[in-house]
Amino acid sequence: MPKLNIDGTEIDVEDGITLIQACEEAGVEIPRFCYHERLSVAGNCRMCLVEVVGAPKLVASCAMGVSDLRPGPEGQPPEIKTLSPKVKKAREGTMEFLLINHPLDCPICDQGGECDLQDQAVAFGGKLSRFDENKRAVEDRNIGPLIKTIMTRCISCTRCVRFMTEIAGFDELGQTGRGEGAEITTYLDTAILSEMSGNVIDLCPVGALTSRPFAFTARSWEMKKTETIDVMDANGANIRIESRGNEVLRIMPREHDAVNEEWISDKSRFVWDGLRSQRLDRPYIRDEGVLREASWKEAFSTIATKVNSVSPVRIAAIAGDLCGVEEMFALKELLTALGTPNMDCRQDGSLLDPALGRESYVFNSTIEAIDDTDLLLIVGSNPRLEAPVINARIYQNWLNGDMPIYLVGQDADLLYDYESLGDGPEQLVEILNGKSPLSKALEKAKRPMILLGQAAFARDDGKDILALAGRVAQEKGFVRTGDNWNGFNILHTAAARVGGFDIGFVPGEGGVRTNSILNAAEKGEMEVVFLLGADEINVNKLSTTFVVYQGSHGEIGAQMADVILPGAAYTEKSATYVNTEGRVQMTSKATFPPGEAREDWKIIRELSEYLGKPLSFNTIEQLHQSLYKTAPHLASLNSIDVEQGGEMFKNFTMKELQLRSEPFGISIVDFYLSNPIARASAIMAEMSALKQERDRGAA
Amino acid sequence: MLADKDRIFTNLYGLHDWGLEGALKRGAWDGTKGLLEKGRDWIIDEMKASGLRGRGGAGFPTGLKWSFMPKESDGRPHYLVINADESEPGTCKDREIMRHDPHLLIEGAMLASFAMGAKAAYLYIRGEFIFERKQLQKAVDQAYDAGLIGKNNKNGYDFDFYIHHGAGAYICGEETALLESLEGKKGMPRLKPPFPANMGLYGAPTTVNNVESIAVAPDILRRGAGWFAGLGKPNNTGTKLFSISGHVERPCNVEEEMGIPFRELIEKHCGGVTGGWDNLLCVIPGGSSVPLIPAPNCQDLPMDFDSLVAQGSGLGTAAVIVMDKSTDIIRAIARLSYFYKHESCGQCTPCREGTGWMWRVLTRMVDGRAEKREIDMLLDVTKQVEGHTICALGDAAAWPVQGLIRHYRHVIEERIDEFSSRSDTDGAVTSKDVETV
Repeated sequence: MPKLNIDGTEIDVEDGITLIQACEEAGVEIPRFCYHERLSVAGNCRMCLVEVVGAPKLVASCAMGVSDLRPGPEGQPPEIKTLSPKVKKAREGTMEFLLINHPLDCPICDQGGECDLQDQAVAFGGKLSRFDENKRAVEDRNIGPLIKTIMTRCISCTRCVRFMTEIAGFDELGQTGRGEGAEITTYLDTAILSEMSGNVIDLCPVGALTSRPFAFTARSWEMKKTETIDVMDANGANIRIESRGNEVLRIMPREHDAVNEEWISDKSRFVWDGLRSQRLDRPYIRDEGVLREASWKEAFSTIATKVNSVSPVRIAAIAGDLCGVEEMFALKELLTALGTPNMDCRQDGSLLDPALGRESYVFNSTIEAIDDTDLLLIVGSNPRLEAPVINARIYQNWLNGDMPIYLVGQDADLLYDYESLGDGPEQLVEILNGKSPLSKALEKAKRPMILLGQAAFARDDGKDILALAGRVAQEKGFVRTGDNWNGFNILHTAAARVGGFDIGFVPGEGGVRTNSILNAAEKGEMEVVFLLGADEINVNKLSTTFVVYQGSHGEIGAQMADVILPGAAYTEKSATYVNTEGRVQMTSKATFPPGEAREDWKIIRELSEYLGKPLSFNTIEQLHQSLYKTAPHLASLNSIDVEQGGEMFKNFTMKELQLRSEPFGISIVDFYLSNPIARASAIMAEMSALKQERDRGAA
Repeated sequence: MLADKDRIFTNLYGLHDWGLEGALKRGAWDGTKGLLEKGRDWIIDEMKASGLRGRGGAGFPTGLKWSFMPKESDGRPHYLVINADESEPGTCKDREIMRHDPHLLIEGAMLASFAMGAKAAYLYIRGEFIFERKQLQKAVDQAYDAGLIGKNNKNGYDFDFYIHHGAGAYICGEETALLESLEGKKGMPRLKPPFPANMGLYGAPTTVNNVESIAVAPDILRRGAGWFAGLGKPNNTGTKLFSISGHVERPCNVEEEMGIPFRELIEKHCGGVTGGWDNLLCVIPGGSSVPLIPAPNCQDLPMDFDSLVAQGSGLGTAAVIVMDKSTDIIRAIARLSYFYKHESCGQCTPCREGTGWMWRVLTRMVDGRAEKREIDMLLDVTKQVEGHTICALGDAAAWPVQGLIRHYRHVIEERIDEFSSRSDTDGAVTSKDVETV
């Protein structure tokens, strides 16, 4: 451990870190623009210059490793000065250079108030302007509907370029020209269609790249900030909702190294306009074929009348992809009280089964472990569309090391190179028999990972594929109990799914699953179907059934409904979500549901009253008490509690497999339009159209 | 004056056969095998003893540089990279070597590569040097055909020589930018450390040397370090190619002993300053990057590294730019400033923004459209650029301006006074005009 003397304080620092990190550890603030912890070091802004005693020049602290510093002549630790007149002068100089060609348009710049240039100019800059020449102007670039460019403001720190190439896996952003003429551009003025592009807005230290949908909406200090969780995919990214009054104005990422580092996908970031349109703001009842506005009382009574008239086995419920654990739990309690076993949280028809234990349906290795993986086998998944942030993590590990990637499933542009082994389950049999092209590489791998997407399980032989994958994992070293490595990973597409499994929102004794519910409904054998935010199902089969739709958006499910109960979106309630790795997280209420809409568990609680089966809890605390009795692990937020015993795999070894040879399908076709909120968003619609246009052009 | 017998570049003017046959007659490739057989350490020690300092501008001892290469390979190959991106304004010595004495360069490359355990040398040649590239390629082909280099050659050390053609950017002469460009990337200097000797071309240990440094190596080894060290002065040994341009009667390239007085250099070889010695205004002694030296200091000015540093300038590439009294010195430096603004890579802030600022202020000063306080401001800006950049281009842009202000502040002030007095009468509204209205 090298010793350093920073501004007179001696500290021990870790080997291999840079001087800027060492200074941070010593509690010394070093101004910077180009340096970013998660990107490669560029060292080009020259703002972080510090004085190393004995060195002829000031050194860029972001690029200088502490191990490269030499001790003094008598072995005393290297002395660093960050406050010397020389350093102060250099900072003022750099600041002045950055400002001479930077426009003085702060009053109309969206970065104002959260601008590194502004802040550091105040803290480290000189006092007066000495520049009498004309300022440089740079033409703006059209890089798509998400990112607004005002390139005159650019200070060429290249954070955006480095993010795009190193993390988002998109090399169509770069710097052209040289000297004063250097410009950041997409070369051909094309829109950036990376699923991660919005992050460059946060990375840009100035107002060169700002959020186009948010343009001129609000100042950063005017907004209320609510720390919460994203539900656009099963990654469970940590986000911050910024709102004013009752309107969500923008969504920003929060740091969580184990989940999303500090990135979120464009869908998570820009979906907020979907929270305003197509909202269900009051109950509706279908009267003579037409939906009409109704009161809560009327709506509940209508449901009660119908439910009380049918046998419980002819009642079913399907929970959608955005549901919180609380409402699913309340609904399950209600259904159980009614005596119906027909419930399912697997709208896509997946055959994963919580009865096999948590290990069988979560991302066991954890997301963070992707960084240590040395072989990746993807089965029936397109992680780029299903979980872009996780995919970025895979991309980074692929880029930085030599992790070979294999794919069984539909070919797609995943950003990294992979070897396609085929598209059906028979490839897994080959792997099991050691006859696959990946078998050799697998022998050498120490921490291999198998990533199974929902497309592998949403088919009639889903259970057998799970068993087969389990056997492959067990026998081919993806699971190494001795080494504390479990690379058997399920990638979910729905934020609600793991939570649903955790409380057992699946068919009970004698109950039927989603597909059977729909088929039975079509045949008239299922008389009441309760859709809890379920829109991604074939609702046409429900045309003759009495449908209750509870949710936030008036979409496919609501159109079919006989009674609509307006619920809350994820920004409007405190609800528990469990991400794909089994991490329990909770959202916070940022705004109120619109109109008469309410938090979902409350609706179900009140409905239970009308149905004559009042639920035992009256407050969210009481609900939680009874929820934690059923699933104790949900009580500990931000923790992952999965038994890592390899127990479930024993169930698989004995089973006789019946595989179908059809290829694996695709879980998410359109990234931008994968849930009701996204489909209500004009921004997402625009991106989707652009993407389709680009794909058609490429084809 | 250097005796003919001590000249290394005996075909500098292309009067003889440049090809292999002529080169052999002049002594190239003579006993190369024997030199190689004396071993790596002998070569490096000999180079150190010769006192040769890098001829690319910075003057770093060549033998010492070679000794930085790891003794044993850790599995990575070693590379010698020869910097032939000769773009420093005023400099044209490497050009002549590649045109007329290419075999000295190829032989030197082989010896140097052997000394640092490299099996291949890459020569990065300036984009504008098309004829030179072709000429050098011919020479390389001759050496291959004659079995002097390549696999299983006569000299007993497998060695390949590759020429890479640049695209004509000044910054690609900076050693790490050159490596980036050679790797196919944008020519932007790298951060140091790591230094090329640890992580150079393709992440392997690499030494980057100037063409002249490499081309003089065979003669040093053949004739002995003592011979080379006996020429010139201590710490500034040997012979050096000088490129003399500007206001002299006969601009030329000439090989001379280090430390030759400036006056002797131009009067012996160039026919003196145009209009006579008294007509000398100033001289830039080492390529555009070094500060100028005014005439009064040139009388007994020895042309070597240390003496010129003592004068606040430098030997640089030994491109001597002579300016007589007809020169508008502000305009001359403003033009250099434009060059640096044009060639800044734009990577780091002080150089990207500072070079343009300096050029703009100087351009106004050429006309006198400035204020006197701006002279100090300009000086301050050059100090803000100097030493704060990733590579030395920032320093190179700052130094000529500093030289101008140091020695010709009065000229700038006179120009400003002249302009402001003229503006009183030319078009400006004066008190007299007001009265007549």
